[in-house]
Amino acid sequence: MARSVLVTGASGMLGGAVADLLAARGDAVTVMQRRSAGGRHREVLGDVRRREDVRRAVDGQDAVVHLAAKVDVVGDWMEFVDTNVRGTGYVVEALRAQGGGRLVQVSSPSVTHTGRSLVGAPAGPATPMRARGHYARTKAAAELFALNADSPELAVVAVRPHLVWGPGDTQLVGRIIDRARQGRLVLVGRGTVLIDTTYVDNAAEAIVAALDRAEDAHGQALVVSNGEPRPVGELVADICRAVGAPPPRVHVPVPLAWGLGAVVEGAVAVADRLPRVPSITQPPITRFLAEQLSTAHWFDQRRTREVLRWAPRVRLDEGLARLAATSGR
Amino acid sequence: MPATSQHVHGPAGPSAHDAAGLPRQGHDLPGLDPRWSRVVVAPDAEGVSRSWHVLDTGPLLEERGEVVVATLLCVHGNPTWSYLWRRVLAQAPPGWRVVAVDQLGMGYSSRPEAPRRLAQRVEDLSRLTDVLEVSGPVLTLAHDWGGPVSLGWALRHREQLAGVVLTNTAVHQPADSAPPSVIRLARAPGVLARACQRTPAFVRATTVLSVPPLPREVRDAFAAPYATPGRRAAVADFVRDIPFEDHHPSRGTLDTIAEGVRGLDVPALLVWGPRDPVFGDRYLTDLLDRLPHADVQRYAGASHLVLEDRPEGVGVIWSWLEAHRPGTTTRSSGPAAAQRVPITVDDSAPDRPAVVELRPGGRSVTFGELAALVEDVARGLAQRGVGPGDRVAVMVPPGVELTTLVYALWRLGAVVVVADAGLGLGRLGAALRSAAPSLVVGIRPALALAAASRVRARRLRVEVGGPELEALALLGRGLSGDGPGGSGGAGSGAVPGDADGAVLFTSGATGPPKGVVYTRDQLGAQVALLRDTFDLRAGERLVAAFAPFALYGPALGLTSAVPDMDVTAPHTLTATALADAVSAVDASVVFAAPAALRNVVATAADLDGTGRDGLRGPRLVLSAGAPVPVELLRQVRAVLPSAQTQTPYGMTEALPVATLDPTALSPADTDGQAGVCVGTPVPGVEVGIARLDANGIPEEDLTTAPGTVGEVVVRGAHVKDRYDRLWARQAASERPAGWHRTGDVGHLDGAGRLWVEGRLSHVVRTSEGPVTPYPVEGRVRQVPGLAEVAAVGVGPDGVQQVVVVVVPEERPGGRAQALGAPAGSAVLAPAGLAAAVRAAAAPVPVAAVLVRSWLPVDVRHASKVDRTALSAWADGVLHGRTVGRRLRDLLPHGAPSRRSR
Repeated sequence: MARSVLVTGASGMLGGAVADLLAARGDAVTVMQRRSAGGRHREVLGDVRRREDVRRAVDGQDAVVHLAAKVDVVGDWMEFVDTNVRGTGYVVEALRAQGGGRLVQVSSPSVTHTGRSLVGAPAGPATPMRARGHYARTKAAAELFALNADSPELAVVAVRPHLVWGPGDTQLVGRIIDRARQGRLVLVGRGTVLIDTTYVDNAAEAIVAALDRAEDAHGQALVVSNGEPRPVGELVADICRAVGAPPPRVHVPVPLAWGLGAVVEGAVAVADRLPRVPSITQPPITRFLAEQLSTAHWFDQRRTREVLRWAPRVRLDEGLARLAATSGR
Repeated sequence: MPATSQHVHGPAGPSAHDAAGLPRQGHDLPGLDPRWSRVVVAPDAEGVSRSWHVLDTGPLLEERGEVVVATLLCVHGNPTWSYLWRRVLAQAPPGWRVVAVDQLGMGYSSRPEAPRRLAQRVEDLSRLTDVLEVSGPVLTLAHDWGGPVSLGWALRHREQLAGVVLTNTAVHQPADSAPPSVIRLARAPGVLARACQRTPAFVRATTVLSVPPLPREVRDAFAAPYATPGRRAAVADFVRDIPFEDHHPSRGTLDTIAEGVRGLDVPALLVWGPRDPVFGDRYLTDLLDRLPHADVQRYAGASHLVLEDRPEGVGVIWSWLEAHRPGTTTRSSGPAAAQRVPITVDDSAPDRPAVVELRPGGRSVTFGELAALVEDVARGLAQRGVGPGDRVAVMVPPGVELTTLVYALWRLGAVVVVADAGLGLGRLGAALRSAAPSLVVGIRPALALAAASRVRARRLRVEVGGPELEALALLGRGLSGDGPGGSGGAGSGAVPGDADGAVLFTSGATGPPKGVVYTRDQLGAQVALLRDTFDLRAGERLVAAFAPFALYGPALGLTSAVPDMDVTAPHTLTATALADAVSAVDASVVFAAPAALRNVVATAADLDGTGRDGLRGPRLVLSAGAPVPVELLRQVRAVLPSAQTQTPYGMTEALPVATLDPTALSPADTDGQAGVCVGTPVPGVEVGIARLDANGIPEEDLTTAPGTVGEVVVRGAHVKDRYDRLWARQAASERPAGWHRTGDVGHLDGAGRLWVEGRLSHVVRTSEGPVTPYPVEGRVRQVPGLAEVAAVGVGPDGVQQVVVVVVPEERPGGRAQALGAPAGSAVLAPAGLAAAVRAAAAPVPVAAVLVRSWLPVDVRHASKVDRTALSAWADGVLHGRTVGRRLRDLLPHGAPSRRSR
């Protein structure tokens, strides 16, 4: 059954993949973004931080897949709140105003991460007061807000894909490649902690499944990953190998990395206050990052798979092969 | 706390002292449902009306219209109250009424003006149960000094009584030991009143000894009824009423109860915490002497309030009660009647050598000499107080002394406790304490260890080659004409076959060692099974480098040669020592542990021509106790060219289950089969498989369908009788009744052969279903360059990930040798190796491939990989341990392990 779907944040790798997948099966896809990308889908130009823009884009849609978010590791708290929390609020408000529909709120497993290892963890409730860093805290608040809006008219599902990567990824893969090429790629700790990731196609399919199964899945938060945890050192080396970049050789002990992160965060804050110093937007390390790279993250996905009737189709090795193929190797 | 509606006040009008019932407010009593609480007025022994506080599920059952099938009457000790039984009430299955009383003067019952003696308390309780209309079958449950009161009640209600459960209590002060020092101290003049009444010291002390510590709210709840000296009067009176002295007014009552208990033929369960400063193991032993049929659940490490330390004990008591619920019939019949060999020295050929010791200065005895020596030593031991049913630990290295002692003890009907150094020294002490032998016979270091381990037993020194055995025999010979036991020739013929014969120990990966009890019939069945399986005939000669089997030589008329080696260290057997032993008796059979065989192969080059010729003789090499690699057996056959190599499969609880010559397996046999083939079940042994469900839990029903993977369950006349004093463990292992759950997982193939795939506790429980370790390891072993491989699970049950740990043939450097794993990131396998291992393990996904330079293995056989320890290590590496966790990892836990070679 074809329906009209708005995808926010479609300029990113995952948003784009979701929009393509929906369009490919015949849904009427509208994408909302700040600047025209001249893409394949109907575009509504706008900013999720502006209520009117959102209302205009949501108008007449059966469903919304809400991906637009500020994902940086540093930045001003209020900017995170505006984009991640207010933006979600406007989407919910607009859907309600037009009588309901479906909302897939794309969230992150970091909304439950309090700095300890997550080992085969089930999808617990989001904890905005305890999550680490501006991004995770605001995404946690946004997820709670969205799920709280779940009602007979408006079916809300929160999907938490973990560390999405794939060809064309500027976040995880892109940064690893950049650093590796600059010789700045280091591993925190021994690189042995198990981390699960999600190949982009699998995440996109899970989001579409959540849209389709909203009547069963509504009101729930579901973690999505490949279900193939790997030691982080092996994973980074595999990605480097796939794209032809040198693998990391330097190991920074965990406490040192954490200390460096604290220093860097201080520097970022100072730089922001000094008038003629440019802001640091890509800091080499933060405490959040040090924690993320030295604690295990993998999940119990039994409920996700049961509720969504979805399973990851692209295995890790196949994903790495595709990455290598698109890197021209 | 809401007020209860069942409050009934005494007719005399309650004084402040006499108010009974739970306080209406102000006290938090976690776990206690106020609906159980009621106050009942009943006449005491003198006919005076007393208000009792009682926890009683009866009214709730009535409300729900449930029919009471049986009643459990619970009596607390001093200074606790019915709060002790809160979990028992909470977990009561349908049909059970549970009545837990507060004794008069205790808990929230009224405070009588004068102390109550034991006889009065028994009478008080009887009058109360009349008022409570406790009818139908009754089982009693008691703790501490509630024990004698409940048993007194039980003896007066024989027609109703359907069973008794006792926890840390006593009915008698054993004659040969002093009263508990804690109680003596409390009874000392001046101390009693201060400790027990004027201050809350005694009341508080009772709950602070628990291991692990009790939560503060629970400790407060125990102390709540004893807040003021006035409310504590009975606590001191109770201590005063303990009849240590002969003229004590309660002495007669207690003695009558203690003797009356001997006549109780109802089912009995004793639940014990041996770390009790008052009621330790010796009181358990005393009660077992009075109730020899009792089941025992002993929680090593638990203290006085055993059900607080081990709350799971409440569930165990309920399982036991349900199994003995009036009207149920228990126990299906065991296996069919089997062949048995009497466990006596076969002296039909008296001139043939029985035991030949090869060590320098070693001696030899013929069957005739051995049989006579056994007779004399048996008499000597009887003279030293050993009688039928007595447990005697024998800690003597193999040879004439050990053989003589074991057969002499069996001749007397005594129970041989076999504790070997393979358990690890600390756990050997724990093993001995749990078996509670009355006598330890051993060489000096063994006796010193028994003393240091606080084993309460008499000690008798017997050295290898020393004069002590002969002295025992002389002592026995002096009593000419009188049979063993000193009672008119009552030999082992008078001892029933279902009497206990031996206690052995499992090395168990976690927790203290578990005792395994064999009856005499079961031992006889094992001897017969070994004889028939390996076609051992009287007159054959064997080299016994593996103690457990070697002991059976004399019963079968086999000549046993004991090679010159340290039997506690199997890897000290050299090829030359083996050849000497073989030549000395012209041996046809060799028993040796895998580690011993490994050293024989390694030292084969040292053999001279005579030695090499001698080793052509044996027709059979038997090796058991741990998996034996086929490659090793092929090397053994190069050294012993005429021998077949059999590797019996089994465990301490059942041996043998199956047997196989792995060198005879062709590649076609192993094609498509996962795991390690252990052969076809031997005749007389049945094997069933309890299929693993999707969560990796074995089902109740058994199957023999080929290819079904599950827990291996066995039945046979030689399977253990029970776990010693571990009723819950026994109940869990004996499913279905008469069978034994081995804890191994595997499958049967189309030809009826058994394939073992690992330990049940090592099964990796993934979200895709259970993964057994051996098949994965077998496939990964095909990757070149690997010396050792182990597959373990990390993460929570149900979503575990498989991790493969490998030891490369080229091992990392010195630091890695010391720590097990190389430093830094080198613990991760290089990319090429990781890819090769993953490809080999397919279709099982592998989360990580880790490198070590050795694997932890068990102490006893030095060849079973301790996958539990390895999994904990991998878990730490892959999940980022906290500092506290890393420190905890350094502490020893469970079975000790050592490095693989």
